Amino acid sequence: MREQALMRTNLYVGGSSPGKLLDARFYNEDCIVYDLEDSVALSDKDAARFLVYNAVRYHRPPDKYVIIRVNGLYSPFLEEDLAAAVRARPDAIRLPKVEHAQEVRRVDGQIAAIERAAGIPEGTTSLWCNIESGLGASNAKEIAAASPRVAALALGAEDYTASMGALRSKTGWEIFYARMQVLEACRLAGVSAQDAVFSDLDDLEGLAEDLKTTRGLGFDGKTVVHPRQIDVVNAAFTPTKKEIRHAQRVMEALAQGERDHTGVVVVDGSMVDKPMERRARTVLAQARAAGVLEGGGDDAQ
Amino acid sequence: MRNSLGRELPEQVGGYRLRPYAGEAAPVAPVTAVTRRTVARNTGENKLLGSLREAVRAVGLRDGMTISFHHSFREGDLVVGQVMEAIRAEGIKGLRFAPSAVVNLRGFSLTDYVRDGTIDRVEASGIRGELGDGLLDGTIHLARPAILRPHGARPRAIESGELQIDVAFIAASAADERGNCTGQIGQNPCGSLGYSFVDAQNAGKVVVVTDTIVDYPCLPASIGQSYVDYVVKVDQVGDPAKIGAGAARLTKNPRDLAIAQRVADVIAASGRFREGFSFQTGAGAISIACTKFLSRRMEERGVKASFALGGITAAIIDMYDAGQIRAVECSQSFDAVAARAILDRPGVVEIDNAAYSNAFSRGCFLDRLDFGVLGALEVDTDFNVNILTGASGRMMGGLGGGPDVAAGAAVSIVALPIVRGRIPSVVERVAACCTPGETVACVVTQAGVALNPRHQRYEELRADLKRAGMKLTTIQALQELAESITGKPRAVPWRETVAAVVEYRDGSVVDVLREIQGR
Repeated sequence: MREQALMRTNLYVGGSSPGKLLDARFYNEDCIVYDLEDSVALSDKDAARFLVYNAVRYHRPPDKYVIIRVNGLYSPFLEEDLAAAVRARPDAIRLPKVEHAQEVRRVDGQIAAIERAAGIPEGTTSLWCNIESGLGASNAKEIAAASPRVAALALGAEDYTASMGALRSKTGWEIFYARMQVLEACRLAGVSAQDAVFSDLDDLEGLAEDLKTTRGLGFDGKTVVHPRQIDVVNAAFTPTKKEIRHAQRVMEALAQGERDHTGVVVVDGSMVDKPMERRARTVLAQARAAGVLEGGGDDAQ
Repeated sequence: MRNSLGRELPEQVGGYRLRPYAGEAAPVAPVTAVTRRTVARNTGENKLLGSLREAVRAVGLRDGMTISFHHSFREGDLVVGQVMEAIRAEGIKGLRFAPSAVVNLRGFSLTDYVRDGTIDRVEASGIRGELGDGLLDGTIHLARPAILRPHGARPRAIESGELQIDVAFIAASAADERGNCTGQIGQNPCGSLGYSFVDAQNAGKVVVVTDTIVDYPCLPASIGQSYVDYVVKVDQVGDPAKIGAGAARLTKNPRDLAIAQRVADVIAASGRFREGFSFQTGAGAISIACTKFLSRRMEERGVKASFALGGITAAIIDMYDAGQIRAVECSQSFDAVAARAILDRPGVVEIDNAAYSNAFSRGCFLDRLDFGVLGALEVDTDFNVNILTGASGRMMGGLGGGPDVAAGAAVSIVALPIVRGRIPSVVERVAACCTPGETVACVVTQAGVALNPRHQRYEELRADLKRAGMKLTTIQALQELAESITGKPRAVPWRETVAAVVEYRDGSVVDVLREIQGR
């Protein structure tokens, strides 16, 4: 896993549509999710698997975090999906509707076996777990900690609200508790917390409003299902000047600590620990991606 | 022989001697303007004739003459078909057909007129549709290769005597019985009649074809009675709904939006994006989206444009209405909204196509254009642009004003997707060279922006874009990326036979289109 990878936006792309697979690499999303599940018709499952394998293996977008979403844990497609997906060497595999830690451990074992068979260093492939039900949300802590492969939990609001008998609303109160469960689980496990899709594609203002909650609560990014939403989400994750300055001071202090051979580094009276360092790196990466940090651009001419 | 773009050309095709392109600003000797217009006292005869056949007889149309039309109704045009029918009924053969462009007309087959010998030569800015494909397939033959000229080259060719028009048929949505006419009022307005000014001024005879006769004098009048010999009323001149994108809605194609946004980024990053700047964006999906993004950037920056130019869309009219543009110089109306806009907006004006784009005049609007956004089918690593043929050799587009805008605009931006389906759009060598690479400042794709180091404003643009923190790539990197996705398409197997000649603004030849084998 690329630990410091930006994960502001993760865009789902239907795995059975060559045109969309191709176009998706050129948008501004940080993570691209090649989907074999919901967006693929039953009759196209094998074609999508083949397409996505080739897209990831041979046309991998050079500067994105690449994810493949496989079919459900109890679907007849999972085994073949994993066999192809792991060999395509994405950064992560995304599991739909995870509800128990045991499920993660099972898939962990399957992936490890494929990695061994394919000569891929074991543990290379990370896991993103979709939390899409009350049960999943309730078990989020165990799920996040179930395997060192777990790199993120992502809330799926549509299925979650259905499982709770709730109605989706723009205010998002019906998913508030699940958001907090996912966030807490991610923070405890030190993995990325990804917020649910805002489903009205035409309402970019509503999306921006929803993102205030997303960002305010502490999520690291948001799942999007249409390229139109990407820039709005990325913009919401642009750090403030104060955050950038603080992150820079953390990094400067760490560098100074290294020069002084000091293990303990303090900024503003707080000891800089691993999560604080990770947070600082993320803030600087977000700032660089948003073009608000000097030294971000590279130039071929 | 080869021209300066490295394109292999024959020295002569039929009776046509090719003058090879030798650079954008290659010297061309001045010539005295020639015209077919007769100088004779007006006898006051009745100009309003009962039918097109009567008009064909009255103008004295004979075998071998040259006739012209405008294409402002685009695919909604109904005049070309009716006039050609009347000409055929009169048994006239061997005409040179010289409209401003040949578009895909419904319910009318130009190839039929070529096959039966009514037409044996074609000169236009593009030959889309059945005729173009037939010429490239070698299934249709003309007496000499078709001559394709960009919009700015047509008035030059007419005035220099290379394209002398015997009879101009001008579709007008309203006219009075003395020939004052316009495209702005009536039941079927097409807006600007910009292409027809030069025809009216120089043709031997001028016939106005309208479906709406108004009381004398017609107001407004784009073309005045002093140029018009005859007026014919027909049932319908065209269908404005088919002119273009209609009241063009913003595309939802995320790829096109991404490209359009990048184009707007480039423009906004340029130091020329300041109060009083000028632009031309065109009418494709990317162009219209770009116009919308540009409007937003202008609002954010608080800058207004002095003028927008060329083919005008509803998106431009919206910007005018919002006070973002002082003058809309309209040589063509690209949709029904733009077609009606000239009438009731004092700053939206109809201009002569020559005033828009003719480099061989005492000045044209393009000379003062800051930004020109152009579409393309292909661009190559020398920045040469193909706007005529697809990878399969099909005739997919027309030159339009593309080469003129590229040469005229201080910053010319070619916007296109890096691949279309399985076809790469950034290639090593374009199948047909239409716009010389030296006139293209910048290529924008969804995969990045490449500046042309050979463009005269390269340093300026590069400094501006770097200052704005924009990432740049190279045209070679784009080409390699495109090819890594699609593979290398098999080359089209051309025959030696030249089907069409592509002229530049100055009448020199940038390329020839040859027939394709195995069709």
